[in-house]
Amino acid sequence: MREEVTSPKSPAERFNEETLIRRIREGEHELFYELIRPYERRVYSAALAILRNEPDAEDTAQEAMLKAFKHIRQFRAEARFSTWLIQITVNEARMRRRKEHAHLVDPIVDYQDEEGNYTPRDFADWREIPSEILERKEIRQELAEALEALEHIYREVFVLRDMQHLSIAETAKALGISTAAVKTRLLRARLMLRDLLAPGLGGTWSSRLHFAKGTKPW
Amino acid sequence: MVVSCEQVWREISNYLEEDMEPGLRTSMEEHIRRCKRCTTVLDGTRNVVQLYGDERMFEVPLGFSQRLQRRLEENMPRSRRSFLGWMVATAAAVLVAGSFELGRSSVFSHSELRSEHAQPGTGVPPDMMVVVATDGKTFHAAGCPFIHDKAHLRTIAAQEALRQGYAPCVRCMRKYLNAG
Repeated sequence: MREEVTSPKSPAERFNEETLIRRIREGEHELFYELIRPYERRVYSAALAILRNEPDAEDTAQEAMLKAFKHIRQFRAEARFSTWLIQITVNEARMRRRKEHAHLVDPIVDYQDEEGNYTPRDFADWREIPSEILERKEIRQELAEALEALEHIYREVFVLRDMQHLSIAETAKALGISTAAVKTRLLRARLMLRDLLAPGLGGTWSSRLHFAKGTKPW
Repeated sequence: MVVSCEQVWREISNYLEEDMEPGLRTSMEEHIRRCKRCTTVLDGTRNVVQLYGDERMFEVPLGFSQRLQRRLEENMPRSRRSFLGWMVATAAAVLVAGSFELGRSSVFSHSELRSEHAQPGTGVPPDMMVVVATDGKTFHAAGCPFIHDKAHLRTIAAQEALRQGYAPCVRCMRKYLNAG
């Protein structure tokens, strides 16, 4: 239904990336920025999905890039460089989240629960919405707030798959979970976002969503 | 094959991904055609995927690339091949800095600043990327909370900002004010 942005690169691009990696390994360090430049946005958004805080996400994205540089010799050519880079970012962001929440009791997520069925709410209607509404800053803000309200296991999958357009397999690899778990969480994330947004975007638009930040209305 | 609403909800993601058996797909389409609730669930879920998948939904902070590049440069060992280039660059930087200092002492006197009250900066790295507002008087690090006119920002090199008479922000550029 949509173009796969991360479909295998053209041979020329792939060759270029391989060449860059080889030259960096041989000592031309200044080429590293050229290698990572196409993935800057993706790395930042992966960090933001996990940390939900812009300065932390930016710092983590930088740390992840530095780590990738330091360990470039460990990168194996059979993997895709972008997936490897996202994996490093996810690990860095998770480490930071753990460190910063160390004083809190780690919430025990009931992973069994996600297998359970989810009943979408019954709303009157929500027909196709023109993407032009995204020109409105308050709409983007509402969407961002709804996303923030998702529990992190759903948010991570949704951001990588639906916002950064990684494939199901790449998302699974980057997060270290099975493809079945990606599919289950993705379904749940999409349905929950639909339930959060439909009352406003479906017609009776209100300036605020009907839930407080950080709470789960479902 | 007859499918229930619950089955439709369970499979709606795979339906959107076009990741299912053709038989099940046909049954789901038949069900959705007749079921108003499942139609709204499908439309809503599709809206979610389309809206969030849009590029406009996601912006990196202003100056992100420049700050990343700087951090990489600061933390990378110099490569041997570029050593000569580095020497040339250093020599050029010394020349630029030298002429800049000369320029500042002769042209950019205190009164040339956009604000009479501002202090001129000292030791500002000429190639540092800074943010200025068109009608503003000071230059800032990207993301500084003291930028007033956020609607008309430009990112330019510090030496250009200084040349245009902008002074360092007293908060985010404080370290360049000490000797001023």
